[in-house]
Amino acid sequence: MPISKKPTTGPLLQVTGLNIATKDRSLVRDFNLTMDRGERVGLIGESGSGKSMTTTALMGLLPPGVNATGSVRLAGRDEDLVTASDRQMCRIRGNDMTMVFQEPLTALNPLMKVGPQVAEVMLKHKTVSGRREARDKAVQLLASVKLPDPAEAAKAYPHQLSGGQRQRVMLAMALANDPELLLCDEPTTALDVTVQRQVLDLILESVQLRGTGLLFITHDLSVVANVCDRVLVMNRGIVVEEGSTEEVFTRPQHPYTRGLLAASDLDASDENGRLFTVASAAAYVPPSIQDVLSTVPPSVLRLKTSASAAEESRTGGAGVDERPPSSGRRHGSELDVQPNDGGPAVSTGQEAATEPIISVNNLVRTYERGRTSLFKKPGEVNALRGISFDVHAGQRFGVVGESGSGKSTLLRILAGLDQPSAGSVRVAGNEVAGARESQLIELRRELQIVFQDPMGSLNPRMRVEDIIAEPLLAPGKRVNNALQRRQVREMLAAVDLPADSAERFPHQFSGGQRQRISIARALICRPRVLVADEPVSALDVSVRAQVLNLLSDLVDQYQLTLVFVSHDLGVVRHICDNVVVMRSGEIVESGSTEQIYERPQHEYTRTLVGATMSLRAEMAAREAALQH
Amino acid sequence: MVVRLLVNLSRFIVTFFAATVAVFLLMRAIPGDPAQIALGVNASPELLEETRRQLGTDRPLPVQYVDWVTGLPQGNFGVSFVTRQDISPMIADRVQVSLILVMLSMVVALLIAIPFGTLAAVRHRQPSGVLISAMSQLGVAIPGFLAGILLVVVFAVGLGWLPSNGWTPPGEDFGDFLRRLVLPVAALASVQGAILTRYVRSAVLEVMSEDYLRTARAKGLGPLEALVRHGLRNASIPVLTVTSVQLAALIVGAVVVERVFVIPGLGSMLLDAVGNRDMLTVQSVVMVLVAITLIINLVVDLLYTVLDPRIRKKA
Repeated sequence: MPISKKPTTGPLLQVTGLNIATKDRSLVRDFNLTMDRGERVGLIGESGSGKSMTTTALMGLLPPGVNATGSVRLAGRDEDLVTASDRQMCRIRGNDMTMVFQEPLTALNPLMKVGPQVAEVMLKHKTVSGRREARDKAVQLLASVKLPDPAEAAKAYPHQLSGGQRQRVMLAMALANDPELLLCDEPTTALDVTVQRQVLDLILESVQLRGTGLLFITHDLSVVANVCDRVLVMNRGIVVEEGSTEEVFTRPQHPYTRGLLAASDLDASDENGRLFTVASAAAYVPPSIQDVLSTVPPSVLRLKTSASAAEESRTGGAGVDERPPSSGRRHGSELDVQPNDGGPAVSTGQEAATEPIISVNNLVRTYERGRTSLFKKPGEVNALRGISFDVHAGQRFGVVGESGSGKSTLLRILAGLDQPSAGSVRVAGNEVAGARESQLIELRRELQIVFQDPMGSLNPRMRVEDIIAEPLLAPGKRVNNALQRRQVREMLAAVDLPADSAERFPHQFSGGQRQRISIARALICRPRVLVADEPVSALDVSVRAQVLNLLSDLVDQYQLTLVFVSHDLGVVRHICDNVVVMRSGEIVESGSTEQIYERPQHEYTRTLVGATMSLRAEMAAREAALQH
Repeated sequence: MVVRLLVNLSRFIVTFFAATVAVFLLMRAIPGDPAQIALGVNASPELLEETRRQLGTDRPLPVQYVDWVTGLPQGNFGVSFVTRQDISPMIADRVQVSLILVMLSMVVALLIAIPFGTLAAVRHRQPSGVLISAMSQLGVAIPGFLAGILLVVVFAVGLGWLPSNGWTPPGEDFGDFLRRLVLPVAALASVQGAILTRYVRSAVLEVMSEDYLRTARAKGLGPLEALVRHGLRNASIPVLTVTSVQLAALIVGAVVVERVFVIPGLGSMLLDAVGNRDMLTVQSVVMVLVAITLIINLVVDLLYTVLDPRIRKKA
């Protein structure tokens, strides 16, 4: 591979006055960007900000009906990429400029082995002499993205690889022709936290090693904090702020940037102990680098960087945790400050004295695999391998785990949607194990779920009123129409949705609003336990803070017991006071949230804490690395 | 892979024998004594008794069933109650005719549908793509026999290029066989081609919006190159499903076109046998159809495993 195929003068990428529009709508307005060789630039924006459209335009892959004007120049290419023909662009794409997409599960051809898929991009651009060299080079590339046993991996089909492995293959493909510019569109958003961390590190390492320019598109500020030198913040098709990562993150100028930062910073909270939102961001003070270094527990920082670097960065303050709101937000004190809404007063000492509201005892769930041989017994999948825990009334209980940890199975059993293979689960006095559907009615009244996907979990053909009122249809709950309407109105008000929402359909709402509808549906029959399954993982950052605050408010107001299932330790840490960490169907560690976060005992918990992205921790890690 | 094959084969055998029971019982459940039907209402009781003994219908049902079913694997279907002829050679002739006609029509239909369907998908925003879609709509709406009659009017009656009907076995006169085959195949293939064009179009459209096609484009492949290299094989999976269903349906469904062109196919044989109340023949033809359908499914299932590596793993 030649080290430089082009003369090295001038900027790597120069975008001037890029406008993207459909026939009747402007999507991106006056986008300007100059990137130097090897520079790493982050493009930050929420859904609909135009960030993906911008990168698609750079690649010349805009969908039909969407047009770009302006000028895009890439070093070593004479043509303007905006006006270049598709034939010319085909020579640039995959060669000078390559891209890694968000969805590793669908971005690879499912019917083609991954080795040939990597080899194809080299054969296409004739950067190898022939098939044999392409094949060997593909294996080398797979090795360079740290796939275990690359020669075997090359012969695997995409479905035989995990999400993280597939994203490595995508990266190998993107790096195959040693491009000048790598575009990454949310490359780690769909991955588990620990995998996300590995893939991010790999991307960073790869571009640094090769001197490749990186344009990193994301909605997650903490992801770019440690990867990019410079960031652009986009909102509604316009770049509202641009500057060095440190400058933008510590001294944001534009209100939108400030709002986004405030909403992303799970370590900061307002005077009510709630997260900042875009609306309340005016009161938010972005942390200085000194703040960051002092607020991130040294133990966490040490997990992110080498031990020596972390030690050095600690020299300033005593390294004591200085987060008053977060550390003070404990269950007992929380209830005391809440205005009583007429319900029976709950004493703070209640939880210790009473029976647990949820009691899980030695829970086992085993699934049978499909047969692969006529003679061997079919394989078994141990989704849950005997877990036990108690949740007391009023607790905010977090369940953290990555995909395959068994947290979804646990949740299904808690809700009576699945039966355990062994062990027992009691929820508010109802035994789930062995219960028939008719016996679960009481359970359903006491426990309701908010599901992860606000798009898929609401029936698109039902009006919001009917969706929210549906739990009232359970036997014994039947109410008349007027009362039902009143209750729906009450719930809509409780979740801050306008009263006229009742008449509309789910598709007329945004993701955050739909999640509010889900919450309203869950709470209308006044359950005692609310189970939230990754309720914010599909939402934009600014919306995430709002929904989390709403959940906190409602848990207080309705005196709920909250079971919060998530892959994101950062979110769990904010909202829960106790947490269990699950892996491969087992609880590896449990305890108070702060204890788990700051003094993780189990090896896996430590990895998880180190991999969890928080704005401050990422900034601290970056700073520590720089100082080092 | 081997497990899958064995499972499929055993499923084939079980289904086939379940079908023999169902078909046999259904046929016996229909009122009417074959001997009576053969001899007419004025036959003497002695003659009826004698005929029943000859036909074997005087024996208990299980005996009749076992007798019939044990003959099936050897291709021995018995003697027709009505024509008193051996059914097996007749079926063999008819199956040959039907398979040639239907398979050839399906191949031609696919040759029409794959390029046109793909083109209609690629150009779905352009007039040419819309035109193909509209044409295929029209094709779906035209019944096969009408297409057949139109073809006869134009090419046989009007231009006189081709014979209007009839069938010559390929072994007898291969040229004549082909000349007589052209119009019926054209009639069947045009309708099937139109149906399949629609399915190919939607399968290709679906594949075109897949992420891996975008990946292929990002690698520098041209739009058509990306589609051919990464899209078509993916699109072929749903098309295969529809083709197999259509193929099985057409073995009998071709009967209308067989009638128009006076072709002695399996569908015609079934229709005639039903009209003559020739129970044993009906029963045999139905079993042959069951076998053909099951074989098609078996082959298609194997093709899935060849096409899609994701299926190979699962049993």
